[in-house]
Amino acid sequence: MKQAEPLTPTLADLFVAFAKVSLSGFGGVLAWARRAMVEDRGWLTPEEFNEVYAVCTMLPGANIVNFSVVFGSRVRGPLGGLVALAGLILPPVVLVVVFAMLYARFGDLPALRHMLTAVAAAAAGLIAATVAKMARPLFDQRWPAAPIPALAAFLAVGVMQWSLPLVLVILMPASIALALAQKLRLRR
Amino acid sequence: MKWDGGTLATLAGSFALMSLFAIGGANSAVPEMHRLAVDVKHWMTDQQFTDTFALAQVIPGPNMIIVTLIGYHVAGIAGACITTLAMCGPTCLLAFIVGRTIDRFGGASWQEVLHAGLVPLSLGLIASSAAVVARAADHNWVTAGISVASAIITYRQRLHPLWVFAAAALIGLTGLA
Repeated sequence: MKQAEPLTPTLADLFVAFAKVSLSGFGGVLAWARRAMVEDRGWLTPEEFNEVYAVCTMLPGANIVNFSVVFGSRVRGPLGGLVALAGLILPPVVLVVVFAMLYARFGDLPALRHMLTAVAAAAAGLIAATVAKMARPLFDQRWPAAPIPALAAFLAVGVMQWSLPLVLVILMPASIALALAQKLRLRR
Repeated sequence: MKWDGGTLATLAGSFALMSLFAIGGANSAVPEMHRLAVDVKHWMTDQQFTDTFALAQVIPGPNMIIVTLIGYHVAGIAGACITTLAMCGPTCLLAFIVGRTIDRFGGASWQEVLHAGLVPLSLGLIASSAAVVARAADHNWVTAGISVASAIITYRQRLHPLWVFAAAALIGLTGLA
């Protein structure tokens, strides 16, 4: 194992790397990002990757999109962030437009309809399982009240289908205050 | 395809606002996309939303490309570009600023509290997106069965999602779904 200094990519490197991550990254682009940035290219140490990733999960929006901006701008300034973002977004957008044109043309075919409905049904199950996996480490002794905001968000958005901005304007401060209260109680 | 400046402005405004509330990733905003596109603006039917969601799963790229598909459906290529930019722009600017300043904050304890406050909400929202899609896609026992089977298999095994989708598509092809 070589333990070299992290390398600094050029703008072209950034674009190509994120384009590759984007297109190979299917069902969880982030795992591919880690492989590309840490293992294949040595641009980040595992610790640095975790640190940048932790910041990105706290920001709104797609985690990998945030990651491209934070990482790109750290190594190559604002332009680096823009180039990394372009690498991540442009190739799939072109692909999406092609698929969307095909769907506009063939979307009414019953066979395609049935296949897409079945895939959506499977994806719903997949997401539910992912939530269950993610929830396990969260609901531990340190944050005993964590299920309350999770359930509140599910009821408001998933069951009642209320407006997301409206729900979060109330739930975000409430949930952070609840976390703070738990932290302070723990310290005493 | 009929669209005008007003439609494009609505797309841009709606998705820019939505992006700022997509905590925990693009999947957190799927219920809001459904509410907006199907229930409020009537841009698409429930069936079209389900198809769009499924397409976004099988096209390589980040989850957020579902907004590109919705944009294309509403206003063609211009719509696809506008929604994608609207979904990325505000959050990327925020990411850029935070990425630049985060080193200076030092203290990890406020980050921990923020994290502990936001993660449960994002879990609740992602669970909501599963519920919204299931409600739209599961209109008979076969599709409901596919959802349940997919959930159990994904929870128990580390199977690549492509295999689950391929199996589901095959069942769909038989016409039972």
